Amino acid sequence: MLTTGSLQSRKRLKDKAYQPDLPKQTLSEVFPKTASDTASTGFVLAQLARADAPILWIQDRLSRKEAGEPYLAGIGTARPIIMVDLSRAADVLWAMEDGLRCKALGAVIGEIWGDPPVLDFTATKRLAMRSEASNVPCWLMRRAASPNLSAARERWRVASLPAARDPHDPQSPGLPRWALDLFRSRHSKPGQWVATYDRASDRLDLVATVRDGTLATDHGAAMQRTAG
Amino acid sequence: MERWQRTMERQCNAPPDNIPIVLARGGHHGPVIHAANRAARLAGINAGARVVDMRAICSELRVEHADIAGDRAALDRLVLWARRWCPWTVRDGANGLILDTAGSDHLFGGEAAMLVAMETQLSLLGISARIAVAPTWGAAWALARFGPVRCVCMEDDVRTKLGVLPVTGLRLGNETVLLLQRLGLKTIGAVMDVPRLSLARRFVRAPLEANPLLRLDQAMGKLAEPVASLEARPRLRVQSRLAEPIFDPTPHLPELCENLCQMLTQAGQGCRRLHLTVYRTDGDVSHLDVATSAVTCDPQHLHGLFRDKLEQINPGFGFDLITLEASGVEDMHDHQSRLDGGSDDDLHLTQLVDRLSAKFGPRAVTQPILRQSHIPERVAGRVAALDGITKIVASSVKERPLRLFNHPEEVRVLYEVPEGPPAQFVWRRQTHRVARYSGPERIAPEWWKDRPGTRLRDYFKIENQLGQRIWLYREGLHEDGRGGDPRWFVHGCFA
Repeated sequence: MLTTGSLQSRKRLKDKAYQPDLPKQTLSEVFPKTASDTASTGFVLAQLARADAPILWIQDRLSRKEAGEPYLAGIGTARPIIMVDLSRAADVLWAMEDGLRCKALGAVIGEIWGDPPVLDFTATKRLAMRSEASNVPCWLMRRAASPNLSAARERWRVASLPAARDPHDPQSPGLPRWALDLFRSRHSKPGQWVATYDRASDRLDLVATVRDGTLATDHGAAMQRTAG
Repeated sequence: MERWQRTMERQCNAPPDNIPIVLARGGHHGPVIHAANRAARLAGINAGARVVDMRAICSELRVEHADIAGDRAALDRLVLWARRWCPWTVRDGANGLILDTAGSDHLFGGEAAMLVAMETQLSLLGISARIAVAPTWGAAWALARFGPVRCVCMEDDVRTKLGVLPVTGLRLGNETVLLLQRLGLKTIGAVMDVPRLSLARRFVRAPLEANPLLRLDQAMGKLAEPVASLEARPRLRVQSRLAEPIFDPTPHLPELCENLCQMLTQAGQGCRRLHLTVYRTDGDVSHLDVATSAVTCDPQHLHGLFRDKLEQINPGFGFDLITLEASGVEDMHDHQSRLDGGSDDDLHLTQLVDRLSAKFGPRAVTQPILRQSHIPERVAGRVAALDGITKIVASSVKERPLRLFNHPEEVRVLYEVPEGPPAQFVWRRQTHRVARYSGPERIAPEWWKDRPGTRLRDYFKIENQLGQRIWLYREGLHEDGRGGDPRWFVHGCFA
């Protein structure tokens, strides 16, 4: 059930950076629901501010094998990507920290598989403080991981939902929809949303869900409410 | 010829000396003779003649192919090898070396003794050589080829020694030599005796190769012809000599880097590679190389590149000399990106890429680019990061996944119609039911690249029961005559 009060229609998360009371760029963690769920990648890319600064994208070996490599033809060539292919989680953390020293980057995205011992509270705290010091957004994608102790300022769970209806072809999936769950946040209130992403206009529409999540049964309603 | 002989000896199928052998190269009218061995020369075979003509003279002639490029490379190596006698050496034509031995002959006990030493060393290499010492390039060229054996020619007797040589010794083209011989000028001395004015009038418009006057001036030293040695650029190198052997170069590196960068800055240059060499007390050396992605002369940055690599140095029993040499030296083009002279973002980016490549290796740090192709995996190319390659924007109107698997993963499918999408498939041991799909998008093999028999692909965008969107393709068609039943693969995932 949707209530009008909880409906936060067309709130753009990426405008946060321009609101004076909110902090600047920081470390956020994303937990995909399954290893091969690409909704998290789409969500992270949608969250980045539109600019032509390069992205530093660091993957460890298992993430590369299990979730695939970023595909430039799908992401778009608007901004250059510097890929760093590593094998160990400690190296990924080192490279992320080193990248966060460089203010010329648009974002640092790291992918770490599982719960390696080096990725503890101290490591995430270092990343968060470096990210805030250099004002470069840092995203940590953690697959097959448990959301244990971490200093990330925002922690998301992202899963794919059945896509919105394609107006031209009822058989085919339309705009992608994601279930977003901000389960820990330092600066804003945690919540759950259903997001519809339109890549052509780079627009993320959020609809708050109630806790029992009956929304998943009729996925067309959210879009109609949002549009109306 | 001798290089060929040695190669054959190494392969243990060298022919005996009494068989006439020639090396042939391609000519305008069939192969011509490049070089001949002694037996062939005795049979009357000259270099430059056509092979068919020489076969008529000597029926048992054996012809082999001449490796002209290999000869040239070998001669280039010999140029560097000849640096043992003097620092300035250069290749001269296809079969000569010029050594500027001014000031270095006394090290070998005079010029005559030096020539003997050179000939000995060269014969140890299996190379016969004709050597001469002369004050000019031209005179040495003529004396080595047409003069007496191991001729030593001083400043004042150039005229007399050159005078008896034939005009071929003036490094002239064949036509000019023929012309001079027709004019009755058989020797260089005869050319010298001709009044200068008439020679100048006759050859006023001739280029250097056809101008006997200019060549004569060069040989007599009236016209300068310097030896432009290879690698004449000064080496940018700093070193620190230690009082006693140490095992760890770390405390000396910052000073070395600073001194080197000072030299670079004074020259207005930067380097792209650094070679660190330590000279060990047990008579061995150890190397370490680092490279940068952009020209730099920042000592802090260069020092940082060595940070985790110093362990690769094998110190042995310690070393007492450290040298740091810059190579890949280019001019620095500094830009001020902001009016207030603040930090340069591009600089920081290149330094970041350098640090990452220094730690993880250059193959780990790449930049994806788009290539012109229709096959999805061929579209994605990788180049070295910040390589500055202009983007080829492939105009793909079709939707492409955000992530692509490096190797497509085969799945087992259940389908309703052979040409349609699957109803259900098993991927990574999980069953996915197809809720919605779009496609197929047919991508044919690139016949100009692929092997014959490569099957086409039909791509489907599938949404499973959980809402995950997967890019799936069927390789081939039923009954297309290219193998059995088509197979299905998962190739990527959409957001």
